[in-house]
Amino acid sequence: MHELSIAASIVEAVTESASAYLGARVIAVRLRVGALASVIEDSLQFCWELASEGSPLAGAKLVINILPVIVHCDGCGADSEIEGVQSFRCPLCGELAADLRQGRELEIESIELEEPEPKGSKPMESEVDAPDPVEDRI
Amino acid sequence: MTTRIVELRQGILKKNDELAAGLRQRFTSAGVLVLNLVSSPGTGKTAFLELTLRALRARGAHAAALVGDLETDNDARRLAASGAPVRQINTHGICHLDAEMVTKHLEGWEGVSLAGLNYLFIENVGNLVCPSSYDLGERIRVVLLSVTEGEDKPLKYPGLFNSSDAAVITKIDLAVPCGFDRDLALKNINEIRPGIRIFETSAKTGAGMDEWLAYLTEQAKPS
Repeated sequence: MHELSIAASIVEAVTESASAYLGARVIAVRLRVGALASVIEDSLQFCWELASEGSPLAGAKLVINILPVIVHCDGCGADSEIEGVQSFRCPLCGELAADLRQGRELEIESIELEEPEPKGSKPMESEVDAPDPVEDRI
Repeated sequence: MTTRIVELRQGILKKNDELAAGLRQRFTSAGVLVLNLVSSPGTGKTAFLELTLRALRARGAHAAALVGDLETDNDARRLAASGAPVRQINTHGICHLDAEMVTKHLEGWEGVSLAGLNYLFIENVGNLVCPSSYDLGERIRVVLLSVTEGEDKPLKYPGLFNSSDAAVITKIDLAVPCGFDRDLALKNINEIRPGIRIFETSAKTGAGMDEWLAYLTEQAKPS
């Protein structure tokens, strides 16, 4: 049950990042979570509600994108997605593959903000100041 | 109202990871080999560690241990009987140790300086899930599995087994009465973490300890 600690860490990190956008409200937080990250999705959603309650993030949606495990095979050189997490073998040649290329991620990918319309001349979205290294997507 | 998406691309446990990186640097420059011991409750981490501490001391090595539990200092008292410096970390309900707890407990540890140690063992809270996400700055993560637990533990807890650098099977003196299928256990560990070093031990008979101690000595050598 470390999902509560993880949810609290997300609240802390996102509150800090979002504070750079005055007047904006966070409506969604998107995560990248590897299939081997030992995180239970339902449990994290449940803890997210508890951890975000009473914070500026209350009501924001948590979107969890689970990433499959990708291994690198020393035998044939291929990087392949494996099915499940019960056997770390290259699906192409059947060799055991110890080199993990994806699957342990525990990352905040992005946040979705709702902002008031700027007054007067409307700046283009891309002209809105954003602190480095944050990038705009729209 | 307008909406926009801001990419953050940052680790959820960034704070822990940064602290752990700092610890790792301290451990490396002090020349101390740090191992994080993880297993379910009741695997025999404490008995295994007690024997390890005694054996290392007998060989003239300087070893110390931090031991994590939700409550009580029972394990610290048990381990201290080995003569090694031991400090208890009580997490009060938290199911894993984190880098901040380790940092705090290294401070003001009477009679212990990292530079004076060859080995520091961190016995994690008994849990096969949560400790896998928390880097403690260790160089070697050791997962322990006892013959009484069933050969399929690695398949049930792949996150932790896959992130470990060495595996220790404990209580092998009980293998026969428990009907422990050794080949299956070894195969399961290897399916989840191909190529991992596996030690088969008994804290009761001392079996497998020589090989384990040789591994520690080899890992502690400056590279």
